[in-house]
Amino acid sequence: MEFISQPWAWYVAGPIIAFVMFLLYYFGERFGLSSNLETFCSIGGAGKFVDYFKIDWKQNTWNLIFVAGGITGGFITSQWLSPTDTVALNPQTIQDLAAIGIQNAGDTYLPDEIFSIETMLTLKGFIILLVAGIMVGFGARWAGGCTSGHAIVGLSNLELPSLISVIGFFIGGLIMTWFILPLLF
Amino acid sequence: MKYIKFFLVGILFGIVMSKAEIISWYRIYEMFKFQSFHMYGIIGSAVVLGMISMFLFRKKMVKTFEGEEIHVPPKKSGLYRNLLGGILFGLGWALAGACPGPMFVLIGKGVVSILVVIFGATLGAFLYGAFKDKLPH
Repeated sequence: MEFISQPWAWYVAGPIIAFVMFLLYYFGERFGLSSNLETFCSIGGAGKFVDYFKIDWKQNTWNLIFVAGGITGGFITSQWLSPTDTVALNPQTIQDLAAIGIQNAGDTYLPDEIFSIETMLTLKGFIILLVAGIMVGFGARWAGGCTSGHAIVGLSNLELPSLISVIGFFIGGLIMTWFILPLLF
Repeated sequence: MKYIKFFLVGILFGIVMSKAEIISWYRIYEMFKFQSFHMYGIIGSAVVLGMISMFLFRKKMVKTFEGEEIHVPPKKSGLYRNLLGGILFGLGWALAGACPGPMFVLIGKGVVSILVVIFGATLGAFLYGAFKDKLPH
């Protein structure tokens, strides 16, 4: 039970993610989360406006079911498998975040300054959440994959496009973390 | 019934994303600040084991449960597409602290505001589809 209640180390999580990927291929499908966003567009009728979304989305049902499982796994963990909601952080990280206006780092999984309901209901807070999402969705589809499709599958398969994309992920992430986040809060 | 296996694999995915705190905004922040090995260890070990899987698929030593060969389709190639799309994705990843997998897992954790991020991501995918002919690839 000790194993279940403690946070899992990288050497537990990495192999499980590789196993998840393996199972999806073994079951005849693939590992890629961001393609679900296009499926949502197709289900929502985007094909009426843009031909790109005129696809038979039912062939992606397995991936929507996978996502439903992911939501369920998140629920199960938060209800029964995680006794605390804290994240043990490097003291330097906590200090750096306090300096840019994010307090109590690590007391919960997510900073209130971005994710609390109160923040969401402010104009600035709502725009930050929305724009973050737009960049993730637009960028992932432009690049042809996200962390799962490029960083895990693509790198495993020694794909040059994935290496370039992952380098791009890091350029964008470093710019946001080091130069833009300090200006936002 | 054929979908139950995907639901179960999804549950495993949701649990590992949660238990290893990959769904925490702070884990993404510290990764980009190079202040923790955690995320690098996760992605690195998944990739090393993933390479072994890909090798077994390519050599046809592992087939699907129905006995078919496993082909992993090559990624769409193009410097602008991969680099510019990647940079935009990275900006969003570091701001939201979540990529498209963890976003969904956070719904299960009961984070209401993540729905705005998911709506944005869906809108972003739509905008890409609408403007893709005008973008460099």
